[in-house]
Amino acid sequence: MSLNVLGASILAAEGGEGSGFQAPTPAEFYQPLIGQGDWAITRPIVVLFISVALISWFLVATTRKAAIVPSKGQWVTEGIYGMVRNGLARDIIGSRDFLRFVPLLFALFTMILVNNLFGIIPPVQYPTMSRIGVPIALTLVVFVVYHAVGIRKNGFGGHIKHMIPPGLPKPIYVLIIPLELITYFITRPLTLALRLFGNMFAGHMLLLLFILGGEYMLIHGAFGLKIAGIGSFLLALVLTAFEGLIEFLQAYIFTLLAATYIAGSLADEH
Amino acid sequence: MTGNIAILGYGLSAIGPGVGIGLIFAAYINGVARQPEARGMLQGIAILGFALAEALAIFGLVLAFVFK
Repeated sequence: MSLNVLGASILAAEGGEGSGFQAPTPAEFYQPLIGQGDWAITRPIVVLFISVALISWFLVATTRKAAIVPSKGQWVTEGIYGMVRNGLARDIIGSRDFLRFVPLLFALFTMILVNNLFGIIPPVQYPTMSRIGVPIALTLVVFVVYHAVGIRKNGFGGHIKHMIPPGLPKPIYVLIIPLELITYFITRPLTLALRLFGNMFAGHMLLLLFILGGEYMLIHGAFGLKIAGIGSFLLALVLTAFEGLIEFLQAYIFTLLAATYIAGSLADEH
Repeated sequence: MTGNIAILGYGLSAIGPGVGIGLIFAAYINGVARQPEARGMLQGIAILGFALAEALAIFGLVLAFVFK
């Protein structure tokens, strides 16, 4: 499917012979497969469903016959689960009530990780999170959860009161109250969604630019440009490895921040 | 020369987070060099700080595409 993009861009580049190289635009990320308009079945949603099926299959297959001496698959699953459970949930939320958030955090982590890694795995090569709707949906889940937990623990008024640090001089509260409310209701969800989206979008755009640019220089360029084209392809390879690192890191950061927000709502007092 | 001035805005918005992330990881490396056994604890804090400092650059990137 990624070849379609490449092919389309080559055609576009060849079509406008005089216009020269056309840089990839954000519009390239919108790829409807069936239908048009708001209800079109697009490539990211297909990738999303594939990832859900893949994760479910992998998790069930590796844990159904769980043994004391783990197989390779079980070892991978247990490693990831152990990292999310002990490294993220228990360390951040605290050993008293972390256990009920582990399923959410584990689901978030595996979902984002697999979808991000699809950005560099050849037959797919489309990071689902580069469409803003997907991170927004995940962020909404986290947003609802960390407010719901806080309201359930402290009551609605208590939850709002909990956001504002106590013991400051009265005039400061005029400044602090709007700032804290903005942090909890606007900045946190906005940055959570935009961080994931921005990283995936910019990273994929970078790869697209280097590969398309390399292709253009190699095929249409003069001799000197052909050498630069080879350099561009090599750099694209290096950046692909770098993207892999970023993709893992973003999945980790999203889960880390989700855990931090939940922990913030559950914390006893400042 | 033609182009989109929003890209300049993104360049400007990347300066702050660039410096900030550099400082965060410098502190992390310093901490680990002085006390290698604190690595596990410092790593989480460093990555959290990195994620928060990065937000501004991400805003810049998104806004560069929004205000064309």
